[in-house]
Amino acid sequence: MHIDRYESTFLWLATGMLILFAGAILISVFGLGIQLPTIVDQIAPADVAAAPGFNTPGVREVFPGHYEAYIVVETWLFSPNDITIPVGSDVTFFLASKDLIHGFKVFDTNVNIMVIPGQISEVSHTFNKLGDYQFYCHEYCGAAHHTMTGVVHVVGE
Amino acid sequence: MEMTYDYKQERRLAFWFLVVAFLAISVGGLIGIFQALEHAGINFYPLAGLMPYYEGLTLHGVLNALTWTTFFICGFLIIATSRALERKMSAMWLSWVAYAIMLAGVGMAGYAMLSGQASVLYTFYVPMRASAIHYIGLTLVVIGTWLHSANFYLTWGAWRKENPGVKTPMAVVGTLTTWIVWDLATIGVAIEMLTMVIPWSLGLIENTNPLLARTLFWYFGHPLVYFWLLPAYVSWYAMVPKQAGGKLFSDPLGRLAFMLFILFSVPVGLHHQYTDPGISSAWKGVHGVLTYAVAFPSFMTAFTLMASLEFAGKQRGGRGWFLWIFKLPWGDPSFAAQVLAMIIFAAGGIGGVINASYSMNLVVHNTTWVPGHFHLTVGTASTLSFMGITYWLLPYITKRRLFSKGMALAQAWTWFIGMVLFGRGMHWAGLLGAPRRVPFSQAVYTQTLIQDTAGRAFGGFQTAMALTAIGGVILGVSGLFFLLNVVMSLTTKKNSATDVDVPLAEAVSGPENAPAILDNWKVWIWAEVALIVFAYIPTLLTIAQVSNWNAPGLIIR
Repeated sequence: MHIDRYESTFLWLATGMLILFAGAILISVFGLGIQLPTIVDQIAPADVAAAPGFNTPGVREVFPGHYEAYIVVETWLFSPNDITIPVGSDVTFFLASKDLIHGFKVFDTNVNIMVIPGQISEVSHTFNKLGDYQFYCHEYCGAAHHTMTGVVHVVGE
Repeated sequence: MEMTYDYKQERRLAFWFLVVAFLAISVGGLIGIFQALEHAGINFYPLAGLMPYYEGLTLHGVLNALTWTTFFICGFLIIATSRALERKMSAMWLSWVAYAIMLAGVGMAGYAMLSGQASVLYTFYVPMRASAIHYIGLTLVVIGTWLHSANFYLTWGAWRKENPGVKTPMAVVGTLTTWIVWDLATIGVAIEMLTMVIPWSLGLIENTNPLLARTLFWYFGHPLVYFWLLPAYVSWYAMVPKQAGGKLFSDPLGRLAFMLFILFSVPVGLHHQYTDPGISSAWKGVHGVLTYAVAFPSFMTAFTLMASLEFAGKQRGGRGWFLWIFKLPWGDPSFAAQVLAMIIFAAGGIGGVINASYSMNLVVHNTTWVPGHFHLTVGTASTLSFMGITYWLLPYITKRRLFSKGMALAQAWTWFIGMVLFGRGMHWAGLLGAPRRVPFSQAVYTQTLIQDTAGRAFGGFQTAMALTAIGGVILGVSGLFFLLNVVMSLTTKKNSATDVDVPLAEAVSGPENAPAILDNWKVWIWAEVALIVFAYIPTLLTIAQVSNWNAPGLIIR
């Protein structure tokens, strides 16, 4: 098959570009440690309220500087929807839905995860800057979806 | 006999497919204007007592992305195929049955949506529960397309017997690719509907498995975008070079691009589920790599199409590196619309590569970036191309001339300009963190978004949404030009356009240069099936282990 010289040059450039992009992704994953959500554990929607951690939703310090936040998610509510942590804290969020698919995104961070009935969602973030970080449900979940929100207060020690 | 056959049967069916497509985009497009204005705080929904926001958004998605596209594609491809093969379609009765089923399906879904029983958006994620009428209606549309596609396979088979050794014409290569990708992809959504969603919505089973449903949906949902795009490629490869006054640069590489779409279109769906729990991040990575692979045939297309346009420009006396561009037939609205659609698709395609980029997806997932992206692809690369195709297709099938070439040209350019503004607004708001599928005039975090992003370089959220609204209104005007032109064309004099033909292009490097493997469909289809098995079976087996049918969900009204 005849391939024009310009065309083969273009296709090699395109290939090189894709390889470059793939390399950048590898660096982001293995160099910068950016992780995607993965398999954690399953949890039946009916069992969320009684499950360890989710039966007492809220933030707790696991060891100095590291917090766990258990958030129960239901239409159209995050419980809790008001979280306070000291600046510099590393927070691991655990979320589980009692009814529909919801989402969890925290403004100005890479925290972006689906909350799917039947699954526990886990995502971590280190809050290095003072301020109020609003979070919200980012998957459509019915008439008042756009009111489903909360806030992480990052305060001085 | 073949020479004088005027494709009357095919033209009649195509006409009725197009009627539904035009009606769908009339309503869906009108709601689009409301959507765009709402984002800038001008909320027509309550003013007009119209419908709840999410009912409108559901209609906008189902009517435009699912109905307009599918019905247009069914009508356009039947003309492209019968004309390129220079023969009748083998089983027109099958396509009429398909049409009736699809029409009934759209009617059912339309009724469910308009009566407020199906405000679940066009992705209908379970366990958000709509009326069974909606799900059955959508399923009927898919079943109809299967019957319609069978007509194409039968026709090609008959042509193959009559023409042993002849390479399949480019328009038909693209058409068959479209149907093969579609038929394999819809298996996923059909299983989701028939084994889970429909029995559950009828109350026959109590629970769903939302993770499994999402995975089956996105097995279908990504190749769906190639179902929208590939018919535009049929026109770009097989017709636009002729409309430009030249030839396709390389027929063999066009064939290779289509075969690569068969190979890579389906096993990529997990890149829509990067942020899902319950799916291993390693397999998400595999789908990410395969998504990069499916970007490759679009890079090939970019070169081949631009080279074809340059060839045409130089045939027309153009010179130099760039000046030939001005020699192209910009006065032909069908040509202008499709080349503008290609330019927008360059941006849309790069955005798609960003979406598919594993870690970067965290920045844009479920933000307005995503609808911004697919308004450049399905909303322009496909839609503006289909509008451009309409400018010769409608005269061809009705034998009535196009009402106004000037209005058609204005339509193409306003769509282009409107989409540039709209796309800039939506992409940018997404980068600032604005979620998609939200009525910002009512959302509780709108003020926070406005205040927090007010001083940003290149504009804050409010600027972005203003651009979105302005773009949306310009798109609305463009849509009005289009529909007015269509309706007025139907009133022009009978037989005033008997000289309009399907523009089928020749190639500089023709099909005789293509290796035989590029016309050996079985090889590519089996390779695709193998790749699907590799990419999906381990994930589905894991989902069977880590998830359960335990989500009864809620009825959404």
